[in-house]
Order: sequence, then C-alpha cells, then structure tokens
Amino acid sequence: MKTNKLSWMIAFVLLALMFAGLYVLEQTLPPTTMLFTILKKSVIYALIAVSMNLLNGFTGLFSLGQAGFMVVGAYTFAILTIPVQHRAMVYQYYDGGIVQFALPAALGILAAGAVAAVFAFLVGLPVLRLKSDYLAIATLGFAEIIRAFIQYEGLGPLTNGSNLLRRFPTFTGIIPPFAIVAFCIFIIVMLIHSTYGRALKAIRDDETAAEAMGINLFFHKQLSFVISSFFAGVAGALLAMYQGSIQAASFKSSMTYEILLIVVIGGMGSISGSILASFLFIASSEWWLRFLDNELFIGTFKVPLLRSGFRVVVFSVIIMAVVLFYRRGIMGDREFNLRFLTRGRSKAKERKNG
Amino acid sequence: MAEKMLELQDITMQFGGVVAVNNLSMHIDQGEIVALIGPNGAGKTTAFNCVTGMYRPTNGQVKFEGKVIVANYPQGKMKSMYAGENKGKYKHEVAPTPDKITRMGIARTFQNIRLFKTQTAFENVLIATHLHRTSNPFTATFRLNYKEERQMRELALSMLEMVGLQDSKDELATSLPYGKQRRLEIARALATKPKLLLLDEPAAGMNPQETHELGQFIVDIKNRFNLTVFLIEHHMDLVMDISERIYVIDFGKLIATGSPDEIRENQDVISAYLGVDEE
Repeated sequence: MKTNKLSWMIAFVLLALMFAGLYVLEQTLPPTTMLFTILKKSVIYALIAVSMNLLNGFTGLFSLGQAGFMVVGAYTFAILTIPVQHRAMVYQYYDGGIVQFALPAALGILAAGAVAAVFAFLVGLPVLRLKSDYLAIATLGFAEIIRAFIQYEGLGPLTNGSNLLRRFPTFTGIIPPFAIVAFCIFIIVMLIHSTYGRALKAIRDDETAAEAMGINLFFHKQLSFVISSFFAGVAGALLAMYQGSIQAASFKSSMTYEILLIVVIGGMGSISGSILASFLFIASSEWWLRFLDNELFIGTFKVPLLRSGFRVVVFSVIIMAVVLFYRRGIMGDREFNLRFLTRGRSKAKERKNG
Repeated sequence: MAEKMLELQDITMQFGGVVAVNNLSMHIDQGEIVALIGPNGAGKTTAFNCVTGMYRPTNGQVKFEGKVIVANYPQGKMKSMYAGENKGKYKHEVAPTPDKITRMGIARTFQNIRLFKTQTAFENVLIATHLHRTSNPFTATFRLNYKEERQMRELALSMLEMVGLQDSKDELATSLPYGKQRRLEIARALATKPKLLLLDEPAAGMNPQETHELGQFIVDIKNRFNLTVFLIEHHMDLVMDISERIYVIDFGKLIATGSPDEIRENQDVISAYLGVDEE
C-alpha cells in the first residue's frame, strides 16, 4: 500500500517534469519545428490507442469501430464550434448550414465524447451480443456506414456533405493536447484499477466464470464500449483541432488498423505500452523514416531502392518483424512501473520485519 | 421438516435428439450436504448447469427458497422433437442469466477449474465481491467508494485466509499447485456470499489424503457460513463421508436416492457403476 502511494507520487512528479520540459521546448524552439507536429499527433494517437486497448486489451472485445467513433467526435466538435461569422463561408453550398451558434472549444470536446458515447450505446445494443470476429466485422461495418452517412448530400446543412469542415478552433500550443490527453488517460487508468476494471479483466479472462461470479456480461461490455467510444470521440475532436480541417473521407478503416497496430505493438492490456507505441509509430512513420522516400546521391552514386513509397515497404517489414518476434508487444500486459526505484526500500523493510 | 432450499421439478434437458437429463426431480433442504453421483456422461454437470442458468432446461422448473428461478417448456423446434415426459405441464418461461442466479445466492465452482488466468489469487477472489457493490462506474473511478473498496479487500483477504492461501495471495492464480487452485475456486465462490454452494467435482485429481482433507474443509465451511452444499463427485469415499443424502443418476434418469448406507446397498446403483451381465 505504501509503495503504491509512492509510485503514484513519482508518476505525478514525472508528469510535472514532462510538462515543464514541454514548456521549455515551446519557449526555445520555433513553433514550426517538426518535433511539435509529431508530438501533438502522437499524443492524440496515444489517447485513441489507450481507448481501443480498454476495449480490446482489457475487456477482450475485438472491436474495429474506433475510426467510426472518431469521425463522430470530430464532426460533432467541428459542427458545434465553428464561429458563427465563418459559417457562411464553410457551408457555402448549404446557405451557411443549420447550426447557427458556436460553443467554446472545451464544451465542444466534451460534446464530441458524449455524442460518440451515445452512438456507441445504440450500436452496442445489437452488436455486443456478437463474439470475436463477428463483433469485429459488425463494428467495422458501423464505422464504414457512419463515414458514408456523414458524406450524404441530404445531411449537407449539418455535416457539409463531402466538403471540408474548417475554421473551428485549433491548438494554440503544445501544452493543451498533452494536458487533455493526460487527464483522459488518467481517468481510464483509474477506471481499470477500480472494481469495474477488475470485472472487465475477468470478462476478458473467462466469460463463463465471470458470469458465474455475478458479473452481468452485457452491462459491463456495454460500459466498456461506451467509455472507450467516449474517449475515441474526444480524440477525434483533438485530431480535428490538430489538423485544422476535417473530411469524413479521411477517417478510413485503415486508420483503425493503424491504431490496432499501435495497440498490438505496445501490448494488449498495457496502457504504457500503447502510449509508448503511439509515439514510436507516429515518429517513425511521419519522421524518422521519411528519408527513405527521397532519392539520395552519395557523390555520383545513387543509393538503390530509395524512392517515393519505399518508406511504406520498410515500415511494413518492421511491423512484420515486431509481430513475429515480439508477439506480445513491447510491454506484453505489464505496465511500465517504477518499482525498481522503490524496491530497495520495501526490501529493507521486509528485512527489518523478517 | 426442514425448509426446502433448492428444488428441481421434472427437469429435462434435450440437446437435439439426445436427452441428457430426463425428468429429474430432487430437492435439497436448508443446511444439508447433498451429492449427485452417477457414471461418466450421466448428465450430472448438465443438471448443474440447468440450475445455474448456463443452460436453459427444455422442460421443468427450478425453485430456490420457494421461488421459481428457472422454468421452461418445449418451444419452437423442440415442440415436435421433445422426447421427455411431462409435456404441457409447464407453461411459462423464466430464464435469468447466470449472474442473476449468483446474485440470488447460488455460487458454483467448475469441474475444469476456471480461474481468471492473468490475475493473482487475491484478485480472483476480489472480483467475486463485485456483485454486492453499491458504487457506480463514476464513483468507483474517482474512488468515492473507498470505504466499500476497503471492505471488499478485507472480505477477499479473509476468504483467502480461510482456505489457507494468504501466503500465495500475490501469486498468479494459474501458477498455484492444483490443490490450491481448487481451494481458491471455493474461496472465490464464497466471496459472492452464497446461501447455496454448488461444487462440481471438487476432489477431481486429488489423492486420498487431499480428498479427506477437502471433505473436512467442506463440512467446516458449511457450518461456519451456514451454507447448504450440493456437490457432484466421483470419489465415493468423499461422498459417503460427508453427504447426508445422495441422488444417483444414469443416462439422465434418477435411479436411486437415499442415505449413503442405502445407496451403498442399492442393486441398481451397483449395476449402473459396474455394468450388468447380459444373459
């Protein structure tokens, strides 16, 4: 118990140090640095990955609907927060649209989560009775349907059809996305360590035994689905803020696969694994491996293979290697912890008591 | 007369054309230890599963403390396929999910141990305290239920102490030796605060010494928690030792019932177990 409290304190100190570091970076580096772009995108993906891990890794529900709930969140946020004076321009084909008010960004983010959660509740009623692959197919189908539905002309006055939504509030610095994501992940971690989280893990381990211990399967699966989707919606809103403009067509199923990949690489059932993998994944796909796409001359020698698109090939090979050799991901189902810092103390205590 | 705790009335379970449990009626009184025995494949576990809600019986009903908790009658395809008796006797359907039945006060263990693999022994028991929670997801997430959480942990720990596993509490459940896993399963079932405990072959895979200790242990917890125990078992020593009454089924049908001594002498039981010479 004591060591537990201590590791919480260390975690908070590290978090504070991280924010201090971010602040220093922001003050010293020019705001257009690639590093900031990567960090922002990574931290948003971390939230989506953690929300997906709650469902796939902790509850054992193989769902592929994450992109669907993100697009719901992103659109809810955009529709509710575009300032009134810009609406005529954004909704130029639909006479300025039907929504003629604008919420502050913070409320918009909350609304994004709430609307995604409502969608999840409704979708969950039929699909959560399905198991494994069938659930994956049904949720994937939902994500595709919702994307097509948003682009439907008839909904134009609300969603702007297949046109871009833009001019909504965006991030002013790097601290806000980190703060929001840290808060959201903190809530998810608290949930997982609560009695409800234990029930979810029980369902993952053995549904029959969990039910025999009095755990209502449907209620708990629905709970996990709704909460996961709430945070996917929030992440969708953050992604909208990061990009500055959104279009339903970009929330493809390949986005869900990317996130699934992050979850698998990080380790099913490990929050810290998901976070770590998000940063690694985004940094390598957007930054570290970029050089592979450019032709490179050493003197007059043209390095073979390097050309546009080669990055994707190398990336695929890396992923295959990870899946083959680190099947349980970087972290497995363990968490990054600082026990090694406190271990000396507790051992000393044991010796004293023993 | 003692109060009837559990009552099975004309329970029939038919899978396709196979009648696994045929017209089984039995009862267990408050405070009794009752055993259900029979050769392999006789339908013992199926009968158990009908009580705990894992299966929905094809016909018949189950009463718990005088209240009907499970009931069914042949419907749909079974209307024409039904091969059991008492067709038309039951007219309504009551089919709660297993978790609701556990909440009413019936806890069980499994024949093939089903512990939560990735959890420690302590966490396994702790999960079973979840059903009596008063917290909701919000209060639990923000630890507004810390008092209840502490009680849950105390209860789980006391259950572990009772089965003598307090020293293994932080070990992974599946890394425990077999006998301890069996006891852990019982501790987990007890943490749901049941009135009736169903044990499905609790002594499977145990040697005579362990089996004897288990028998003592079952009597012990029965007295301590004021339980009623219903068990399926193959170890005749254990059954004869601790049960007050025994039901014997073969091919899904009840063939004998009585005290251990009566069952030992019963010719039908002996032939069911040893086989009869066909002349």
